[in-house]
Amino acid sequence: MSVRVIVEKCKGCSICVKCCPFSAIDMENKIAVIGDACTGCGVCVDECPFDAIEKTEDHVKKDLSEYKGVWVFAEQREGKLMPVVIELLGEAKKLAAEIGTDVSAVVCGDEVDALTHELFAYGADKVYQAVHPELKNYRTDAYTKVIEEAINRYKPEIILLGATHIGRDLGPCLAVRCDTGLTADCTKLEIDPDDKKIRQTRPAFGGNLMATIICPNHRPQMSTVRPGVMDKAEYVAGREGVAIRLDVNFKEDEIRTKIIKIVKEAGELASLTDAEFIVSGGLGLGNPEGFELLKKLADKLGGTIGSSRACVDSGWIDHSYQVGQTGTTVKPKIYFACGISGAIQHLAGMQSSDYIIAINKNENAPIFEVADYGIVGDLYEVIPAILEEL
Amino acid sequence: MKILVCVKQVPDTNEVKIDPVKGTLIREGVPSILNPDDANALEAALAIKDNDPNVKVSVLTMGPPQACEMLRECLSMGADDAYLLSDRAFGGADTWSTSNTLAAGIRKIGEVDIIFAGRQAIDGDTAQVGPQTAQRLDIPVVTYVQHVEVIGNKVVVQRQMEDGYELIEVSTPCLLTAVKELNEPRFMSIYNIVDACSKEITIWGHEDIKLSPENCGLKASPTQVFRSFTPPTKGKGEMLNGTAAEMSKNLVSKLKGLHVI
Ligand SMILES: Cc1cc2nc3c(=O)[nH]c(=O)nc-3n(C[C@H](O)[C@H](O)[C@H](O)COP(=O)(O)OP(=O)(O)OC[C@H]3O[C@@H](n4cnc5c(N)ncnc54)[C@H](O)[C@@H]3O)c2cc1C
Ligand SMILES: Nc1ncnc2c1ncn2[C@@H]1O[C@H](COP(=O)(O)O)[C@@H](O)[C@H]1O
Repeated sequence: MSVRVIVEKCKGCSICVKCCPFSAIDMENKIAVIGDACTGCGVCVDECPFDAIEKTEDHVKKDLSEYKGVWVFAEQREGKLMPVVIELLGEAKKLAAEIGTDVSAVVCGDEVDALTHELFAYGADKVYQAVHPELKNYRTDAYTKVIEEAINRYKPEIILLGATHIGRDLGPCLAVRCDTGLTADCTKLEIDPDDKKIRQTRPAFGGNLMATIICPNHRPQMSTVRPGVMDKAEYVAGREGVAIRLDVNFKEDEIRTKIIKIVKEAGELASLTDAEFIVSGGLGLGNPEGFELLKKLADKLGGTIGSSRACVDSGWIDHSYQVGQTGTTVKPKIYFACGISGAIQHLAGMQSSDYIIAINKNENAPIFEVADYGIVGDLYEVIPAILEEL
Repeated sequence: MKILVCVKQVPDTNEVKIDPVKGTLIREGVPSILNPDDANALEAALAIKDNDPNVKVSVLTMGPPQACEMLRECLSMGADDAYLLSDRAFGGADTWSTSNTLAAGIRKIGEVDIIFAGRQAIDGDTAQVGPQTAQRLDIPVVTYVQHVEVIGNKVVVQRQMEDGYELIEVSTPCLLTAVKELNEPRFMSIYNIVDACSKEITIWGHEDIKLSPENCGLKASPTQVFRSFTPPTKGKGEMLNGTAAEMSKNLVSKLKGLHVI
């Protein structure tokens, strides 16, 4: 029998050095090192407060069969669910049905009763509630701690988070704490019909390649999912479920960041993911005022404007309007690409729109390769003409 | 003050092409670059150093031996020293393994006050390695940082959100991940290029950072690539003809016919 230090977990507290009956442990660079005098008695394994020493022979893998159910992180901001949560619930329902399990939501906040009912209505069978004043706004340490504890206690098989600025902060922290894998920014999830494990597909290399990722031997299986990609869950008024309160308490200094203030940037927030019509502009607009023309068309259709990254980089429009790999993924009924060349990173965010209409001066622009209808022409002539026809 | 910047050498995904016949990625001839967000991370560190000559900036990467080129570029921008974690055993790492290896390297480097990473690397676009490294080192993390101010042992940052930002205070040591809005990376300077050539790059393998091979690389990675494929393209539709007015009329009547408007 032998013991081994898990270097990643060792905090250098040296309790093991003192407790070792054979003086076999030394500290080197603040990490415990087990020397030749070790008899494998295992005293240190029990004494280590950080579980940083293990017996190698009896090292058991996690019992995967203990992990059951699909969880959705119900991200709220200012007491409102993020739209992606409803998409995640829609997807979770499908996955759970294929595995034969149920769907739970985890919600953190200072007041979650209304949200809980909403989550039930959107299909959650259970809602795990973490309620505490410190959870009102997202903070990495607070949310990570609470959800990690819930995962260890209730052992979900799959966890889905929205790939928002919050989900992409929380997900990686949880995955390391729970010692499991995480697949980022998934655009497709499927259940392997044979082993019931999840297959997670995501774009890589700037959208040039798709990769399907599995996490075979660790639980939970975790994914962040791009907002705007999955179909929304149906709302069933009055649908009920089981609410489960989580124990929440924080020690002083345990939450190591402080929010001084939250600043909303002036102007409306582009709700690109919900829009049915998007009129998007690129550098071909020639100047920022060009967006005013696009706005006319968008308003007429009841939609919104969008943008390529090049315009955002030029300071013509706010980042929240950017469509693409590093912006928002959209799938409206109609996507107008006006003066956009169609770089792969842009296509990655709009290719699954129902109809794509490209207006571009250059007949060889790659955007035409994905357009349902292509118009070669000057957008300043074509858009007014379309407005005339509507 | 000691600042460490995690940098990664990545293929320039703008230059990546797909083999139209085989449908595979052509990586040959694709230039390797310093990951764009990491250049912002390094710039943030160097800007702090500009204001305080007592600041020392180190860069750290895990990668193959040729990542030395990128480290020299970082030195030429003004970093003081560079570390390369390179070992066969590190190959095929997912973010679990990468963060584990980087954290072991950082422990060996010793006390650092601020660690910068890029928000995400353009080859994988995961944005996971930064926060995961912080978890392993048990230090606080702020992601999506678009502005940094160091005040003594406190750091005040703007964390970019979809609709604005949060102003956050955190104590050192901490890890911050940089977005491109943070700054404009500087160019290499002639003076530094000359200097960089003579600098030694520290190279460590798994034994140096006390990681057993089964805790590194592919072996330790919980996630595995099941398959990869080129995205199916939507296929070209119909090109409309005529004058702007004719094409617009045609378009609107087609869309009405499809009942989408
Ligand atoms: C890591 C990374 C991530 C990226 N992420 C994104 C992303 O999320 N989203 C994104 O959009 N880009 C992204 N990009 C940038 C992308 O590669 C392109 O640079 C960008 O999409 C180009 O924008 P554009 O089409 O507006 O400009 P250009 O490529 O300059 O195209 C302008 C087009 O307008 C046409 N035109 C000019 N005048 C007129 C006129 N009067 N009428 C009609 N047409 C006209 C031209 O023929 C041309 O095709 C990313 C790049 C990198 C490296
Ligand atoms: N192999 C690596 N070596 C050093 N830093 C890395 C490595 N991989 C990722 N990083 C850092 O983590 C950030 C996020 O990477 P990723 O999670 O791969 O998107 C990058 O911008 C780097 O700062």
